[in-house]
Amino acid sequence: MNSTELELLKIIADMDGKTEGAYNIRANGQLADRHITENVEIRSKTDNPGIDIIIKPGAENETVHIPVIISETGLTDLVYNDFIIGDGADVTIIAGCGIHNCGGEKAEHDGIHTFFVGKNAKIRYIEKHYGEGDGNGENIMNPTTIINIAEGGYMEMETTQIKGVDSTKRVTTGRLADGATLIVKEKLMTHGKQTAETEFKIDLDGENSSTNLISRSVAKDNSYQKFVSEINGNNICSGHSECDAIIMDNGRVSAIPEITANNIDASLIHEAAIGKIAGDQIIKLMTLGLTEKQAEEQIINGFLK
Amino acid sequence: MLELKNISFNAENESGEKEILKNINLKIDNSFVVITGPNGGGKSTLAKIIAGIIAPVSGQILLDGEDITHMSVTERANRGISFAFQQPVHFKGLTVYDMLGLAAGKKLGINEACDYLSQVGLCARDYINREINSSLSGGELKRIEIASVLARSTKVSIFDEPEAGIDLWSFGNLIRVFEKMRKESGGTIIIISHQERILNIADRIIVLGGGTVSSEGTKEEILPQLLCTVDSGCRVLADTAREENQ
Repeated sequence: MNSTELELLKIIADMDGKTEGAYNIRANGQLADRHITENVEIRSKTDNPGIDIIIKPGAENETVHIPVIISETGLTDLVYNDFIIGDGADVTIIAGCGIHNCGGEKAEHDGIHTFFVGKNAKIRYIEKHYGEGDGNGENIMNPTTIINIAEGGYMEMETTQIKGVDSTKRVTTGRLADGATLIVKEKLMTHGKQTAETEFKIDLDGENSSTNLISRSVAKDNSYQKFVSEINGNNICSGHSECDAIIMDNGRVSAIPEITANNIDASLIHEAAIGKIAGDQIIKLMTLGLTEKQAEEQIINGFLK
Repeated sequence: MLELKNISFNAENESGEKEILKNINLKIDNSFVVITGPNGGGKSTLAKIIAGIIAPVSGQILLDGEDITHMSVTERANRGISFAFQQPVHFKGLTVYDMLGLAAGKKLGINEACDYLSQVGLCARDYINREINSSLSGGELKRIEIASVLARSTKVSIFDEPEAGIDLWSFGNLIRVFEKMRKESGGTIIIISHQERILNIADRIIVLGGGTVSSEGTKEEILPQLLCTVDSGCRVLADTAREENQ
């Protein structure tokens, strides 16, 4: 692997050569490296590009890294990854996609991730998207995440896209059984002419299932973001979604909630706040000696932290 | 030395322009000064003009002889002016620790940051990693605001109604903070306040009413006249005086 690829790995997955636990590195559409452990099986799919990640029931404190990097221009990479989390397992999975596109053509990574979270299993899924390049080629990422959580299962998903992805459409669907919980924390910053669409569709099918979707984003320059959150309460359940966005320059943001209660005991809330940075926040930091620009940076860094 | 020369400020309302400050002339040297007076008398406006948050219609502001009238908020902050807001600003994502570090202008050790919080009566460990948002009560935000000015330790510190939103139980602590600042700070402390206990520790009291300085002097000179004139409009003082006479 060359130095550009190693650098990407560090940015998206905090991997710097001494990774503990299981991992699978995919580079330019090919398997680059893989390591499995007693509790974590990783297998290449035979029908489609992609992998199956299988966590043994009851496995504790496992960590799995599955980064994808693209450093060639003109490449479209499509993968299907399935995550099978055994009953009662407790695992952290760090995914991420980094594109370094120096050429003039587009580089695209589309991932379709399907999660089967077992009974009382607990998973933390962390995904970072990052693009860079000095050519004029576009970096495109379209992740689809399909989540199924069995009774008492818990999934927390953190997604971050801070820079360099020109166009993204993220679709996440979830289906929750009795007592299951899904928490999604999304952080997004777009600039230039970028567009980013996020779409959630969560079905709270189980008794006492719950979800919390939290999105914090900043839209700069001429970028555009769209946040759609659909939550269906089909049982005694609670759902909350929150879109909090800062707009700057000519940035635009739409927040479109669709919450449907199909059961008298469903409790659903949507909150959205879009606006520029409050003037008094900037003034407060200026009274501490920061310039207006430094104040803006501090506010945005804190907001997306 | 902070000097205000002929400072005037107008605000617009439905019936046209209203004079908020009329030709204010003040010299404030290294001391503990309390500005008091009726609500709407122009106190907060004056404090914001000193900090550079609003610009006067006319007049001049000098800090140690240097004309700072046209300087930005940032430039004034870097020359040694600090300002504690009457209504602290909320920040999503910025923690108390971040704020104290920004105020101090350097990376603070956890112990240093905790020390500033302890000074304003907050149990530091519970607060250091909290975000400065609406999950904190008004009184907590207020004390963090005061701690951020302490962390700056500049030559001029302005506090706009520090007592507002602080409960009676914590008020004693707040007085102790100001007493300590008065003893230890070599600089100028300007407090806008209605509270007799704060007026009581002042070296100088300035009474601002109707946009002008109606009186100015030591607390021995000013306090008795304030407490006697029930019609002065300074209700808090009048009420306190009445209670004490009962």
